[in-house]
Amino acid sequence: METTTREFKRCVVVEASGRIDSATAPELQAVFDELTEEGKCNLVFDMGDVDFISSAGLRVLINTQKTCQRLNRGRLVLANVPGPIYEAFDLAGFVALFDFYEGQVEAVGSF
Amino acid sequence: MNPRCFKLLVSMRQEQTRVFPARYESLTAIDQFIVDAAERAGFANCTVYQVQLAVDEACSNIIEHAYGGEDRGIIECTHRIQGGDLTIVLRDYGQPFDPAAVPEPNINADLEERAEGGLGLYLIYQIMDEVTFDFDSQAGNVLTLVKRKEDIC
Repeated sequence: METTTREFKRCVVVEASGRIDSATAPELQAVFDELTEEGKCNLVFDMGDVDFISSAGLRVLINTQKTCQRLNRGRLVLANVPGPIYEAFDLAGFVALFDFYEGQVEAVGSF
Repeated sequence: MNPRCFKLLVSMRQEQTRVFPARYESLTAIDQFIVDAAERAGFANCTVYQVQLAVDEACSNIIEHAYGGEDRGIIECTHRIQGGDLTIVLRDYGQPFDPAAVPEPNINADLEERAEGGLGLYLIYQIMDEVTFDFDSQAGNVLTLVKRKEDIC
């Protein structure tokens, strides 16, 4: 898994590529933790180049969403979620917990 | 060649076994092993992905729960294609567990009430058509997962 982080005026975009599994999920958690600890809680996670995400990765997203929404500080939204991954979100009952955007521009514009 | 021998050879070729060290780094190689089989079985992309997910969850659980951490054993992985159905057998030599004792996650709960555990096992049951656990201290713990051909996601 590789990640890149880009800061916009009202939010931060995290792009990931590759596999998010039990081996790599801690790295993704660390990326999000660093941002939220700096008070950056309006987050876009662009999953366009993510090949695979397991429940270990889903837990990272839930944890981050909880951190962001506590104290009404912000929210984590998802962009470019590939079809099979969206299906997995649906199976896990995660669709109601996130806002999904077709593209990164729309996601950034939502803040 | 005798047609019966040929048939036997073909059916043997449809089954493959590989042994992986039980560590999270192995998940990528296990995934590739499973993708090859699921594609060979002729599954649609979304079904291939779901099988990948179920096997990843199962192997992560073996490492985390059966072995209680990385590098404490092996995962023996077998796939078999029969009549278009894909069977995956995962064997480990860690601690047995009672699948019925794992609480099912509430997938309708609010964000704050979402619990940490149980999601992997829940996904395995959601995705696969047959899920069978056999625990044996000699022969190891065997998890058999079947995805049927006609079951298109």
